[in-house]
Amino acid sequence: MTPVVKITDVHKIYDSGEVKVHAVRGISLDLYKGEMMALMGASGSGKSTLMNTLGCLDRPTSGTYLLDNIDISTLDRNELADLRNEKLGFVFQGFNLLARTTALENVELPMLYGKRRVRSREMQERAMHCLSIVGLSDRADHFPSQLSGGQQQRVAIARALVNQPQVLLADEPTGNLDSKTSVEVMGVFQKLNDEGITIVMVTHELDIANYCKRNLVMRDGRVVSDTPVANRSIAEVEMKRLNAAEAAAKLIA
Amino acid sequence: MHIGSTVTVSFRALRRNAMRSILTALGIIIGVGAVIAMVSIGNGAKSMVEAQIAALGQNVLLIFSGSVNQGGARSGSFGAGTLTVEDADAIQREITTAIAISPEVRTGAQVLAGGLNWSTQILGESADYLNIRQWPLSDGAMFSDADVRGVGKVCIIGQTIVTQLFPDTSPIGQTLRIRNQPFKVVGVLAAKGLSVQGTDQDDLVIVPYTSAMKRVAKQTMLRSINVQAGSAELIDRTQNDIIALLRQRHRTTEQTDDFTVRNQQEIADAANATSNTMTLLLGAIAGVSLIVGGIGIMNIMLVSVTERTREIGIRLAVGAHGKEIQLQFLTEAVVLSAFGGTIGILVGIGASELLSELNHWPTLVSATAVVVAFLFSAAVGMIFGFYPARKASLLDPIDALRYE
Repeated sequence: MTPVVKITDVHKIYDSGEVKVHAVRGISLDLYKGEMMALMGASGSGKSTLMNTLGCLDRPTSGTYLLDNIDISTLDRNELADLRNEKLGFVFQGFNLLARTTALENVELPMLYGKRRVRSREMQERAMHCLSIVGLSDRADHFPSQLSGGQQQRVAIARALVNQPQVLLADEPTGNLDSKTSVEVMGVFQKLNDEGITIVMVTHELDIANYCKRNLVMRDGRVVSDTPVANRSIAEVEMKRLNAAEAAAKLIA
Repeated sequence: MHIGSTVTVSFRALRRNAMRSILTALGIIIGVGAVIAMVSIGNGAKSMVEAQIAALGQNVLLIFSGSVNQGGARSGSFGAGTLTVEDADAIQREITTAIAISPEVRTGAQVLAGGLNWSTQILGESADYLNIRQWPLSDGAMFSDADVRGVGKVCIIGQTIVTQLFPDTSPIGQTLRIRNQPFKVVGVLAAKGLSVQGTDQDDLVIVPYTSAMKRVAKQTMLRSINVQAGSAELIDRTQNDIIALLRQRHRTTEQTDDFTVRNQQEIADAANATSNTMTLLLGAIAGVSLIVGGIGIMNIMLVSVTERTREIGIRLAVGAHGKEIQLQFLTEAVVLSAFGGTIGILVGIGASELLSELNHWPTLVSATAVVVAFLFSAAVGMIFGFYPARKASLLDPIDALRYE
């Protein structure tokens, strides 16, 4: 079986004239279909750079990156954009939904930029389907300002799913959420992963990383540990525990 | 990305900021509206002048008796009667391209009818005069050549005379006394309204020129001669022939001419030059406001690009090409300006209607002005939208996503 993502000895050097910043110093990584990996590390460890490279937003200075067997180092700006559109889904820390635009229209966004013309009826159907996957079909006509943080992030996940990507990339998806909402969002990710979607997420929080199947820790541009998660948290179970605890504290009825 | 999707995206973006979009478009609305209204006013003035020039008649040449030099004192136009009936006869005889001719005598007189009196202008003309001036009668008939030859006591009168002297009865067949001589009213002229200078063109009585000379003004000279050329192409030739003939008869040269020949085209050209200058001036002033509107669009689009940097980042991240971003912002600018242009056209037409309604200014909305103003407004959007759109398209997706 060929890996969905195969990076070999990737280096990234930022050259701002006087100083050269060696952000990633030789990383090799294989990611297979159905994996769910947390990318961890302190600020400046190079995880954001690696994430940008994985997301085809940036090209490595040296080394190769094969996404679904396509070598991205030979692609130009527009071809990278097409690749992002077809093969990748992005979820950002700040949700990054278009303001004053309904949830449905936000989810439709990637389809507008596809190579294939999607008719507006099909766009709506696919967007509604993705919203139902994240459990928000009843909020399709809400604006982001009318949604809670967790709901906004679920809209963002629906948007990432709409073009049926090979890999879902999430940059600190729970960074702006409280702990219970975080569990809710991780539940969505786990459900998607169970359906076979490959997920990579950057996170600072160990307990969030514990919902993943594999943890990759970076320091100074290198991988310092790459381990499978032994005692994986299951969001459904955690949710029940949290609800029980809240009930005990009389927070909820 | 496809044009349809781009337009969809642009409309969604404009709708999100409806108030701002409308205010931005307002600059263009005012600009286009002003251009249309101003050009309409200019065109209206021009068409009014043209109509009044046309009211002089068709292919008309006017021969005025000119200034004579009497011992160093020059008398000015019309000062000396230098044109004679013989001159008019000579023109009629020898200038074959002149199809109609009417010697003219003018004088002011008090006219009386049925106990009412009125001071008006008496015109002595030939029977062809109304054909030359293309002035229809509303009632009765023009006096005949026989009346002219026979120094007949007949007249036709303008609408003002009807109002003033015959308020209750039909004037046809009635007697009008001019300087105590009875003239029979045989015809009534159709109303002509005010002239370019604002004088009442209907305040006149027309009698045969022979009667005017012998019975009313008691003079032997003509004030002027109206000549109608066979066609527009023959005007210049006719004019030159008349000048040559009159120089021969009056033994004058170009320097000592005691007559002036004007053709209608010269009069029209002078009037048109004035109204064209006015139209251009008004249009140019309005055009400036259109450019200011365009700068408004550029300003808002630049603010919009900065404000929506993250949005651009998201679009780029999910697969938009730089060209698509550029197209989107350009489309937004063009949609704004074209929308503004469309509303502006309606506002401009409305404003012209209102102006002509309230101020009684003649206005004429020209289709050319509408099309040009619309295309110009779209071009303004294109030109002023290009820089912000280009700026947006060159953003780096990573930087754009991180932008706070």
